Amino acid sequence: MSLVIYIAVMAGVTYLIRMVPFTAFRKQIQSRFFRSFLYYVPYTVLSAMTIPAIFYATGNLTTAVVGTVVAVVLAYLDMPLIVVALSASAAALAAGFVIR
Amino acid sequence: MISSTHDFPPFLRGIADGIPIALGYLSVSFGFGILAVRSGLSVAAAVTVSAVNLTSAGQAAGVAIIAAGGSYLEMALTQLIINLRYGLMGLSLSQKLDDTFTTPRRLLVSYGITDEIFAVASAQPGRITAKYMYGMILISTLGWSLGTFLGAAAGQLLPSSLSSAMGLVLYAMFLAIIIPPARKSRAVLAVVITAALCSLLFHYVLTMISGGFAIILSAVLSAAVGALVFPVEEGAMS
Repeated sequence: MSLVIYIAVMAGVTYLIRMVPFTAFRKQIQSRFFRSFLYYVPYTVLSAMTIPAIFYATGNLTTAVVGTVVAVVLAYLDMPLIVVALSASAAALAAGFVIR
Repeated sequence: MISSTHDFPPFLRGIADGIPIALGYLSVSFGFGILAVRSGLSVAAAVTVSAVNLTSAGQAAGVAIIAAGGSYLEMALTQLIINLRYGLMGLSLSQKLDDTFTTPRRLLVSYGITDEIFAVASAQPGRITAKYMYGMILISTLGWSLGTFLGAAAGQLLPSSLSSAMGLVLYAMFLAIIIPPARKSRAVLAVVITAALCSLLFHYVLTMISGGFAIILSAVLSAAVGALVFPVEEGAMS
């Protein structure tokens, strides 16, 4: 398995997904099922990527859970992405110092 | 946003509107840089991945597949599913382009369709020009690549407690993207929980399914169930 090919496959597929509809498509998708499916995909992808991976993201379950709880609360309060992201990390960092 | 930016030439206005995106990317891609180096990539490889992909979730999944030695097919399908939303965004944005947006310009701007750039460009009143998009994409790409470089290069110099904690940045941002709409819509909440349950099932029970495919299957199954049970109202998507 070659790193160069991995990166080429990643970049090629990602570019094509962006390019084809943006450049070629001029009509709206008619199928209500397909439109609904595409509407939900971003949320389901991010959810499946985050759970359970977020609990392993710091290498320590306790600090990861503390960071996750902070992220969930701040996201629920509609805080900007960057505030949620950095606060979660700061909370995990603080938790790391406390339990050590 | 400062009102005087409306008088800027389109390229500079794109840069001005892109600065908040770039600052956000700087810190998120710092986390990606750390993640990539931890997964065995060199600093140069990590920056290359960021510069040619410009996508957080796809890159995080891609690096995991590289680390696990997954197949190229798994890589291609994972990117296809995770980044499918960009196709929808491109479709929506294509309706908003001004008349000077020729095919070569579309081919260039396609590279920079991300969640945040799409959100800012869509919110612009009236039609958008290629130069405006160039400015916003340029500054965003710089922020994304620079952050990756700093995370990948300095990640090893940071105390391990700090770099471990930074590993949460990307995932916390994902939560910040899905939770507010899940709070407002029961349908989104239901598909998000279904996807998380599927993912847990694959991770702990059906462990013969590798990580990339587990994400694809979880995402596709739960989005399909969502589309069947909660079909989206016409007009609610744009």
